[in-house]
Amino acid sequence: MNSPTVLETFLWVIIPYMALAVFVLGHVWRFRRDRFGWTTRSSQIYESKLLRIGSPLFHYGIIFVFLGHVIGLGIPKTWTSAVGITDHMYHFMAITVGLGAAAATVGGLVLLIYRRRTNNRVFGATTRLDKLMYLMLAVVIFAGVYSTIFDSALGGYDYREGVSVWFRQFWMFQPDVSLMAQAPLGFKVHVMSAILIFALWPFTRLVHVFAAPLGYLTRPYIIYRSKDWQRQPQRRGWETIDY
Amino acid sequence: MRIMAQMAMVMNLDKCIGCHTCSVTCKQAWTNRKGTEYVWFNNVETRPGQGYPRGYEDQDKWQGGWALSRNGRLKLKAGGKLKKLASIFSNPKLPGIEDYYEPWSYEYDNLLSAPEQKHIPTAPPKSLLTGERMDIKWSGNWDDDLGGTYAKADLDPMLKSIGDKVKLEFEETFMFYLPRICEHCLNPSCVASCPSGAIYKREEDGIVLVDQDSCRGWRMCISGCPYKKIYFNHRTGKAEKCTFCYPRIENGEPTVCAETCVGRLRYIGLVFYDADRVTEAASVPDEKDLFAAQKNLILDPHDPDVMNAAEQAGIPHDWIMAAQRSPVYKLIKDYDLALPLHPEYRTMPMVWYIPPLSPVVDVVKDTGYDAENAVNLFAAIDELRIPIEYLANLFTAGDTDIVADVLRRMAAMRAFMRDINMGIEPDERIPHSVGMDPEEMEDMYRLLAIAKYDERYVIPAGHSEQAHSLEGIGSDCPLNAEGGPGMNEMPDIASRGFAGTSGMSDPLAERSAEDEGGRSHLRGRLNLLNWDGKGRPTGLFPSADGQTGA
Ligand code: HEM
Ligand code: SF4
Ligand code: SF4
Ligand code: SF4
Repeated sequence: MNSPTVLETFLWVIIPYMALAVFVLGHVWRFRRDRFGWTTRSSQIYESKLLRIGSPLFHYGIIFVFLGHVIGLGIPKTWTSAVGITDHMYHFMAITVGLGAAAATVGGLVLLIYRRRTNNRVFGATTRLDKLMYLMLAVVIFAGVYSTIFDSALGGYDYREGVSVWFRQFWMFQPDVSLMAQAPLGFKVHVMSAILIFALWPFTRLVHVFAAPLGYLTRPYIIYRSKDWQRQPQRRGWETIDY
Repeated sequence: MRIMAQMAMVMNLDKCIGCHTCSVTCKQAWTNRKGTEYVWFNNVETRPGQGYPRGYEDQDKWQGGWALSRNGRLKLKAGGKLKKLASIFSNPKLPGIEDYYEPWSYEYDNLLSAPEQKHIPTAPPKSLLTGERMDIKWSGNWDDDLGGTYAKADLDPMLKSIGDKVKLEFEETFMFYLPRICEHCLNPSCVASCPSGAIYKREEDGIVLVDQDSCRGWRMCISGCPYKKIYFNHRTGKAEKCTFCYPRIENGEPTVCAETCVGRLRYIGLVFYDADRVTEAASVPDEKDLFAAQKNLILDPHDPDVMNAAEQAGIPHDWIMAAQRSPVYKLIKDYDLALPLHPEYRTMPMVWYIPPLSPVVDVVKDTGYDAENAVNLFAAIDELRIPIEYLANLFTAGDTDIVADVLRRMAAMRAFMRDINMGIEPDERIPHSVGMDPEEMEDMYRLLAIAKYDERYVIPAGHSEQAHSLEGIGSDCPLNAEGGPGMNEMPDIASRGFAGTSGMSDPLAERSAEDEGGRSHLRGRLNLLNWDGKGRPTGLFPSADGQTGA
């Protein structure tokens, strides 16, 4: 292991951990201080036609992309080979499912940004932070697609032996900076912009991701609450919901 | 049996002059803010007409409210929970701003800043959403007083089943106003549609509210409400709705819309119902039975069993008394006059309407007959099939007999009271012909025609919000002292100016936030509301040493 330069340490150790801290503390702060602002800020009432296509396309796309990242970053190569998945099979899956998801995400994002810019009502309700968020999202996603195609699929870089290892080390607080320092530029841009967007996350509408209302599936349809909070019923299934 | 109290309203449509005062005062009080420019918690629509938002009653299109599944169980018309979550990224049934109207203002500044000039300066309209100049093509009351209706008459969803034959008759004879607020339903589909569980029905008075801190802007409730009485604040990204003016109700005051109603046609009071039977009542197979099922849910507050059960359920004594005096109960159950709006949505709406007789009276008058003669009026009610069909589409899921019965009772009252007012010997056969006693009919007349403020509004002030701090209950948690760790959980209502005691300071409530020592003078006192009347509880009388018994 070469000893990393100061810049490399700054980029792949200091910034990532600072971003993590901002991400966690930012959400805690937002939840405690600004629960009222915790919303999707839906713009569907202004415009529905494009959103009807763009939003599900983007969201379903990004959910699959997220699952892909969980597999690609979280599961070491040795594990998948141990259960008999060859590199070839793995890449075939990654490329087909991954490309499908990426196409949906990119298509959805383009539609959503186009809609934001061209519909005056939607544009009027767009804040500066929204614009920054869209810019960052676009950079992350396009850099991700670029590096997957040109560095990984065509360029022969195996991220599962580079970036992914660094990622797992990051969570064990022992990141090997050289792994990132040696990654192709496309991956560097993708990872760094992702790190930055996570730092931005708690201050944008992206907080809505952590409000995903899965509790809906198990709660009773009709909710009663007492205006006297002391009298809140505590029977099972009737607990008040505070996300 | 699980008895719950519900604050309900009745509107007597005969008296509505369509002045929109209620809408304006409500707006001034509640929705005069950025993001709610287009929102009218109270709106008054001319019927026949499309209503607001446009055509909201067409549930084939909007899929609001409940429906029965194939196996007869109640389900949200728009689909179950999984389907809702799967389509959360873009709501398939959300009305757009154009279904309400694009809010606008005028460039008034033009008028003020115009230099001396030959032509009168104008103030062109500009959109409040984009800031650009716009053409006004539609608004919340575009078809007020039937203006413009007939270009688009087919768009009134309630005319669908009646068809073309109606137009002629309507054009000449039939128009009335329908003021609408949130129905504060017993089986609210808005609550059921909210993925976050942010909308709830208050246990104490049944008012349906949106918790602004829990709403996450999934905008599913807006589609879920068949009356389209939940609105999206497009600035805050949160759902908002009529609050039944709960800060006023908690102080025993009527809602703003009722208080300011020019026609004095609104009644507010309590009804008791059995919450355990709501789902069953909302699930009756035949839509035409829904009205009866809903009416049967409402319990007789004079029945000793009901009174006992209410007390068991923690409903305070003065609320039970108020329920017994409730004008709403009388109009629904004693006089059988009030009908719910669209019972077929199966939400069990709690704002009721007395259908208008005036169009019938007008017809009789126009034909030159005596419009205060019972025989003439009865004949007209039998004759005016189509208007009555229309009213039935609104109020009884199409059952015309019920509407005709209500109108006959009103017609009978009109004829009977005319004689009394003219000093003529009243004809007792008239009340009997609609199954009423003469005295009963006079009481009904009094309630409808001359009831004073405190008879129209029987609203017991809320007090359970501070009940826990009464020493007799002693459920207050010591951690909740000012600055204590439990304070974080306290809904910070008072500081938002929505305190239930605004205007009046309530010493008990104030002390609840103080430390233990500050309340010690109350220790050992008895709360008579909780006394079951048996035995002699400690604290009822001072002890021999001059202290209150402990
Ligand atoms: C997992 C659960 C998620 C749910 C339930 C969800 C739901 C929603 C909803 C309801 C909207 C509002 C759409 C509208 O009516 O305007 C929205 C908007 C948005 N979501 Fe999500 N979302 C999720 C995850 C994500 C993720 C993971 C991302 C990106 C990393 C994301 C990015 C966005 C963006 C950028 C918008 C704004 C779209 C626009 O109006 O231009 N969401 N989301
Ligand atoms: S009328 Fe009111 S309570 Fe009923 S479903 Fe609509 S918003 Fe909810
Ligand atoms: S009850 Fe209050 S909030 Fe509701 S419509 Fe009337 S005035 Fe508006
Ligand atoms: S204020 Fe009264 S009379 Fe006027 S429109 Fe409203 S309900 Fe009708």
